[in-house]
Amino acid sequence: MEQAPRYTARLFALELAAVLIALLFIVPFYFVLVNSVKSFGDLMRNAAGWPEAFRLDNYTRVWNIMQYPRAFLNSLIVTVLSNAGLVVVSSMAAYRILRRPSRFNRALFVLFVAAMVIPFQSIMIPLVKVASEIGLMDSRLGLTVCYFGFGVSLNLFLYHGFMKSIPLEIEESAVVDGCTPYGVFWKIVFPLLKPMTITALLLNSLWIWNDFLLPSLVLHDAGVRTIPLQTFSFFGQYTKQWDLALAGLVLGVAPMTLFFLLMQKHIIAGISAGAVKG
Amino acid sequence: MFVGPALLFFSLIVLAPFLMSFYYSLTVWNGVTARVDWAGLNNFRQIFLEDSAFRDSFWFTARYTLAAVVLANAVGFGLALLLTQPLKTRNWLRTLFFLPNVIAGLLLGFIWSFIFVKGFAAVGKWTGIGFFELPWLGTSATAFWGMVIVSVWQMSGYLMVIYIAAILNMPRDYVEAARIDGAGRFQLLGRIVIPLVMPAFTVCLFLALSWSFKVFDLNLSLTKGGPFGSTESVALNIYKEAFQNNRYGLGTAKSLIFFVIVAALTSLQVMYTKRKEVEV
Repeated sequence: MEQAPRYTARLFALELAAVLIALLFIVPFYFVLVNSVKSFGDLMRNAAGWPEAFRLDNYTRVWNIMQYPRAFLNSLIVTVLSNAGLVVVSSMAAYRILRRPSRFNRALFVLFVAAMVIPFQSIMIPLVKVASEIGLMDSRLGLTVCYFGFGVSLNLFLYHGFMKSIPLEIEESAVVDGCTPYGVFWKIVFPLLKPMTITALLLNSLWIWNDFLLPSLVLHDAGVRTIPLQTFSFFGQYTKQWDLALAGLVLGVAPMTLFFLLMQKHIIAGISAGAVKG
Repeated sequence: MFVGPALLFFSLIVLAPFLMSFYYSLTVWNGVTARVDWAGLNNFRQIFLEDSAFRDSFWFTARYTLAAVVLANAVGFGLALLLTQPLKTRNWLRTLFFLPNVIAGLLLGFIWSFIFVKGFAAVGKWTGIGFFELPWLGTSATAFWGMVIVSVWQMSGYLMVIYIAAILNMPRDYVEAARIDGAGRFQLLGRIVIPLVMPAFTVCLFLALSWSFKVFDLNLSLTKGGPFGSTESVALNIYKEAFQNNRYGLGTAKSLIFFVIVAALTSLQVMYTKRKEVEV
């Protein structure tokens, strides 16, 4: 280990530069927050300055207009169910494909991975037809099933890569002890996959919670709309009413920002790990 | 049944619609009625010969992708170099630069449309700097750079995280040896650091390329493709063709062309950068 470097004048200058860049970087958030508590007139007169008076009724109005609690619940239901299903389905498939590398399974793996290059736009048009044929439209569960399909490639790929590092011996001794294949997987292998499960859950959550295009095609009914959908339709109606629109944006951005600040260590570690392997 | 469920969902949601799109691209179909008329290659003929808006959207997407990929990687790598120095605030700053990535692209577009229209105007009035007083998002040039600015702002933090991991994973002895041999700061960067983090460049270029080329949410919320369709991305053009003009057949044909180009671009890019990697 090298000794801790001294805190030189050069480092101090770099530190100062870094902080300045960072401040510049978060200025947009300042603008949004500070203007979301202004009255409309105040906002139009000075968009850069401190508010004349803090008005929280922008928020209470938006909360009601957007039906925020319902949108939040819809987002939560879809994200949680999709995550649970994806983890179960993908880890099991990855396990079987890795441990029984038959020609069929290897071909299947290539197919799953190759499908990741297909852009969503090249699937979405017929997907709407398929989804309405099999009754997935306007249903949170239907949207969840769509996420199973779209997420399985990446999740399977991540699990497949991670599982290579798990020694076979533990499983073999369990089989000798009379464990069924499901028992071996759920009692022995799955707990060992925990680090990758956390990574997968975080990556899936970021994607699903923030997704707009797929839910916009599947969910039309106002009662089942997720937060991005609800923000979009709200913004469409209140385009020039910046005081309300900005409060709506803050409400839209808040849950994921808080989630990230709580989980940041895991999220950043997951991205680094995934990228280094990829 | 370990593989069954995965295969079932994947076939139903990804594979079947993708294969169906080959058929629908050869038809006239409005998506609403059950009536699907065979059109042969007419859709493709129309796209290549008559649809100048589609061609323009490709041209915009290509220029936008080039600018966003280059700038986001430059900024991301620069931030990574800065934040691997032993700074006291570096963990805070890493979190901060990553923050835009946890926010939906759609919402970022709305946030920035406020910044460009109201925020920039206020700053311009206050400082008198001409840059802020431009008609942001109002002309095709400012709308183009508006898209690029927001994308770079968002992507660079994500790329930074990957570059930081790569820099921290460099074998220390190489760097030490070069330093002992008297390599200067820039020599160290050019001869040692950049070759050693080449795998990260592959990953980051790949990510930035595929995000930018498929940009949709940000495009929809920031410029809506305007003014006058000058910043309409391919993804947005396909979306409008299918779901606003109700020409599903034509939209599907466009989406297949889009697929071929995305697949070709990403595989070319990966092959090219892989070759430049240094084996350690």
